[in-house]
Amino acid sequence: MLRRMLRLCVVVLLVLGVGCAKEVEKKPFVVGMLLVGPYNDRGWSQAHYDAGLYLERKLPDAKMLYLDKVNPADRPGLTLPQLVDDLVAKGARLIIANSDDMTDGAREAAKQHPEVTFIHVSGDDVLTGKAPLNLGNIMGRMEYGKMMAGFVAALTTKTGKIGYLGPLINEETRRLAASCYLGAAYGWEKVRKRPLSELKFKVSWIGFWFNIPGVTADPTQVANRFFDSGHDVVVSGIDTTEALVVAMQKRRAGRQVWAIPYDYEGACEGADEVCLGVPYFNWGPAYLQTARAVKDGGWKQAWEWNGPDWKDINNHDTSAVGFLVGPALSRAANEELARFTRGLATGKINLFRGPLFYQDGSIFLKEGETATDQQVWYMKQLLKGMEGASSPK
Amino acid sequence: MFSKTSLATSLGRLVAALVLALVLTTLIVLIAGAPPLQTLAILVVGGLGSAAKLAQAAAVWIPLVLCSSALLLTFAAGLWNIGIEGQIILGAVFATGFLRPFPDGGSFLLVMGALMAGMIGGALWALAAGLLRTWGRVHEIFGGLGLNFVALGLTLWLIFGPWKRPGIASMSGTEPLHPTLWLEALGGSSLSPVSLLLALTVFLLVAFVLSSTQWGLRLKAVGQNQDAALLFGLNPQVRILEAMVGCGALAGLAGALQVVGVYHRLLPAISSNYGYTALLVAMLASFRSQIVPVLCFFFAVLNVGSIQLPLQLKLDSSLAGVIQGVLVLSFFLVQGFEERFRVLRRTE
Repeated sequence: MLRRMLRLCVVVLLVLGVGCAKEVEKKPFVVGMLLVGPYNDRGWSQAHYDAGLYLERKLPDAKMLYLDKVNPADRPGLTLPQLVDDLVAKGARLIIANSDDMTDGAREAAKQHPEVTFIHVSGDDVLTGKAPLNLGNIMGRMEYGKMMAGFVAALTTKTGKIGYLGPLINEETRRLAASCYLGAAYGWEKVRKRPLSELKFKVSWIGFWFNIPGVTADPTQVANRFFDSGHDVVVSGIDTTEALVVAMQKRRAGRQVWAIPYDYEGACEGADEVCLGVPYFNWGPAYLQTARAVKDGGWKQAWEWNGPDWKDINNHDTSAVGFLVGPALSRAANEELARFTRGLATGKINLFRGPLFYQDGSIFLKEGETATDQQVWYMKQLLKGMEGASSPK
Repeated sequence: MFSKTSLATSLGRLVAALVLALVLTTLIVLIAGAPPLQTLAILVVGGLGSAAKLAQAAAVWIPLVLCSSALLLTFAAGLWNIGIEGQIILGAVFATGFLRPFPDGGSFLLVMGALMAGMIGGALWALAAGLLRTWGRVHEIFGGLGLNFVALGLTLWLIFGPWKRPGIASMSGTEPLHPTLWLEALGGSSLSPVSLLLALTVFLLVAFVLSSTQWGLRLKAVGQNQDAALLFGLNPQVRILEAMVGCGALAGLAGALQVVGVYHRLLPAISSNYGYTALLVAMLASFRSQIVPVLCFFFAVLNVGSIQLPLQLKLDSSLAGVIQGVLVLSFFLVQGFEERFRVLRRTE
């Protein structure tokens, strides 16, 4: 009898113990992140990586599992669905794919894993109806950041020639290059009071989001060509910092040139003499919100195009895009930028208002017409006044 | 390097090379600041650990076996067909070109047609390298290397130009094929049973041709001694072209399978450097066609497992490439030591 009691006690204790152990061993909420470039590229991918760290800080049981350099040039033979399989096997319940290049792969993987939530950044599958129900899109309204970049470029240039180091040509890159031009044109005409015909704005595309030796045009060479042909400000539209690096080299050789990097808040670091500022993405808040929703089971598919928090565009908890002023920007230009930003914030300045013309002279926006989100998102060409290819030849 | 060795010697060499590679790898991993045993375990488990991983490894094994088998033909004829990368690429280009007129999909016959087209593309590219060698007296290493660059250039031009996606100019690739033109894959993997069957068949066929047919014998005779082959009326120039064309066709098949079975579109990196890996396999195998599938599997496991290095240890996955390189170097080192030892003994 005693023995039986003892045995029972042991069993009860064991059950309780296992139960307790289970309670203690809480499963983390795994967020898988697929980065197209290196996690420390000081550009596009690092902005996402940092957002993952932000997520881990703000959501205590969240754990980021990332894989960088997810592109066929860096990881020959691997496909996106395969990598997603790996992340899912490691327990990922939310997977963020961070490149336009992953559009097809993300869609395919989302269909294969309906129990996992997917976010494809910069895509529009939700808009076009191609997305399965577990796939959402997030993008920041970088148009504003690019307008500010163009604005300070126009206020700074001495030669009146601005170069735009473009990645590949698609709707996103067209609208961002065009936004940069609109900001530049505004600064040139309204602040510097110079005729628009005297502003040269040239776009050169390299063919991908970053340099792939032997495949893309070399961004270092393109930036060099810009500076050597009289452009004294180069605005970067690519994932990495070549424009800034080349500008620094020119500066050390005694040239008065500037650059504006892109994507990553810390991009200016180490290039104080040439960096006018950086328009950057702050993915943290959107990722946090998404992760919470997925965790609570309340996530709904959406196409999110998140804007800046106009109260403070550099607020890490609220603003999806920001512009960090660089050390090389003059005080006068800085003050003008503040005025310009206020104008954008209040809506007093809306650069996507007609009349605006496409590069071939056809009408983009009629007199007095304000562009809808879709009109901006799906811009078909660069704008009149910009030099460079609108679409693949 | 082209002398045939006994199976025991090859295996002994392989084991010695493996041990040497293990030592060197451990050193490298230690320098990289990672636990060596765990790193290796993760690599192996990452490539073998589950059914899904096995399927992935098999999907890599397919093009490796196809290309290595293809190279057995040219190696037999004494040719260094470095141009195999370009031949894979041309296979992919031809297959894509064949399927482009069918954006709304079609039947399996079209897929077979694409595979045939890929074989023709690869064969033509190899023929070019072969003619450069036989007519132009350009060594196939240089001819092939040049043609590799041309093939990549051609792909880039097609992707960025005539075959661009509507409204987009990106190096990322062409518009994906219609799903009916994809090779059916095993549930959720990119392993296609058709590709697997093709790879196995090709390997067995090549092994048979080389070991048991007169053509294979002649090929090897040409490889061993061209002058003698000429005297015996074996027409080495023609044999060389035949070997190149055969190799190119198989490489082209591998390229076409990458398009219809794995990526479903043409991309700049479509060959995934499988051609170069296959060259290593063929060199390591040194005529022992039996061990080709094993070596390919080994490289495939390394390739698939490498992705676990950044995932689990935050190590750069290119470390797997370093390990692969170390392995190959170790093999040649062991071979070199052996020869040196032999020479020393002879002089004593």
